[in-house]
Amino acid sequence: MIQSIIEWLLSPESWTGSSGIATRLWEHLLYSAIVVVLACVIAIPLGLYIGHAGRANWAVTLANSARAVPTLGLLFAMTLVVGPMISSELAFVIPSIAVLVLLAIPPVLSGAYAGVASVDPAARDAARGVGMRPLQVLTRVEVPCALPLLLSGIRAATLQVIATATIAAYVGLGGLGRFLIDGLASGDYVRTAGGALLVAALALTVDGVLALVERYAVSPGLTGKDVGDTAVVASTT
Amino acid sequence: MTWIQDNWTVIFPLGWSHAVLAGVPLVIGLILAIPLGWAARRWRRAYPVIVSTSGLLYTIPSLALFILMPLILGTQILDPVNVVAAMTVYTVALLVRTVADGLGSVPDHVQQAATAMGYGGLRRFLVVELPLAIPVIIAGLRVAAVSNVSIVSVASLIGVSQLGDLLVDGFNRNIPGELLLGIAACLALALVFDVVITAVGRALTPWTRTARA
Repeated sequence: MIQSIIEWLLSPESWTGSSGIATRLWEHLLYSAIVVVLACVIAIPLGLYIGHAGRANWAVTLANSARAVPTLGLLFAMTLVVGPMISSELAFVIPSIAVLVLLAIPPVLSGAYAGVASVDPAARDAARGVGMRPLQVLTRVEVPCALPLLLSGIRAATLQVIATATIAAYVGLGGLGRFLIDGLASGDYVRTAGGALLVAALALTVDGVLALVERYAVSPGLTGKDVGDTAVVASTT
Repeated sequence: MTWIQDNWTVIFPLGWSHAVLAGVPLVIGLILAIPLGWAARRWRRAYPVIVSTSGLLYTIPSLALFILMPLILGTQILDPVNVVAAMTVYTVALLVRTVADGLGSVPDHVQQAATAMGYGGLRRFLVVELPLAIPVIIAGLRVAAVSNVSIVSVASLIGVSQLGDLLVDGFNRNIPGELLLGIAACLALALVFDVVITAVGRALTPWTRTARA
């Protein structure tokens, strides 16, 4: 069994064509990227505002409790309700994208919010003390300080999206999920398991890349790397 | 609506399987996570290894893990054991870190006092450190329970029955009532898990309330 799965994964025919691995992989990455960007556009400003102003915590609570809703149900409901309203071939794509964005918002939102809320009040006061305006305090102090939590929120959201996009193949979305769903439907375990391995590999790779981004994007003043004396000063304040 | 009335008898068995598929891994996962969390705490070098390995396991998408389980366990694809094993992996991955951090939250002076009173090794861990870590562990268990209930519904796609069947069937046959009922039943089950875990947590930590009173 494992032998034939490896053969399927390595054979050139599985990789080429409009339903080959290369196309499906590209679709999966494209949909996931669109969804994560949309979710960031919505959730980052909102999260920064809530954290900065210290208001509307209910939005974060609501976003967190929404996690209990089964993804599969949300996906099906959206496809049944929204799908018929769209007459083009996007009828399968738009509802899935909408659900994926909805799922990606809570982790990004709570990352942005928790990041800003966890900024040392002394740093905020100091920024105001040196004459920064509210917007400058936000962009030059709060956002850089919030970056580690914000990025880990985006990382969690991205992995959630990659996983759920796989399931969305059941309602007609492209991507690697097609191999799993079509393989299960036709009882072709080789293709199903091969697809599952690809999905797992994709998730692990993206997770690794985002972990590297987290490591290099965060200011050395926060991580305590390569700063020598300043790190000591920062920790005693 | 008539569909719900006609099919009331199928909902409870499905809900029960859902509770078992989500709940059994919660218990096994906790039992496995406690020694792992302890090891992560005990040996400084083990912490990053154990935490990052569990993070990687949690990264694998659920449908993929369900499908790959037969390859690892040698089971049939329709065997519910695949789902229980996969959910256990997720639960352990979530809880190891929680247990390690919970044990880390026990103040040093408490450990020293316990040692001074003659509590050593395993007894100190079981009687002093683990109980004091319960609030943190309960918080982690609540997250794991909600996530398990949601993920288990995906198992319908590989043919293992639970409340997710209502979602799939409602979608395939275009019965919105059935679909909504499935979502509501999943939410209700998640709420039941949350209430039970919170109640157990309260019963196990009477000192948190007497201190406040």
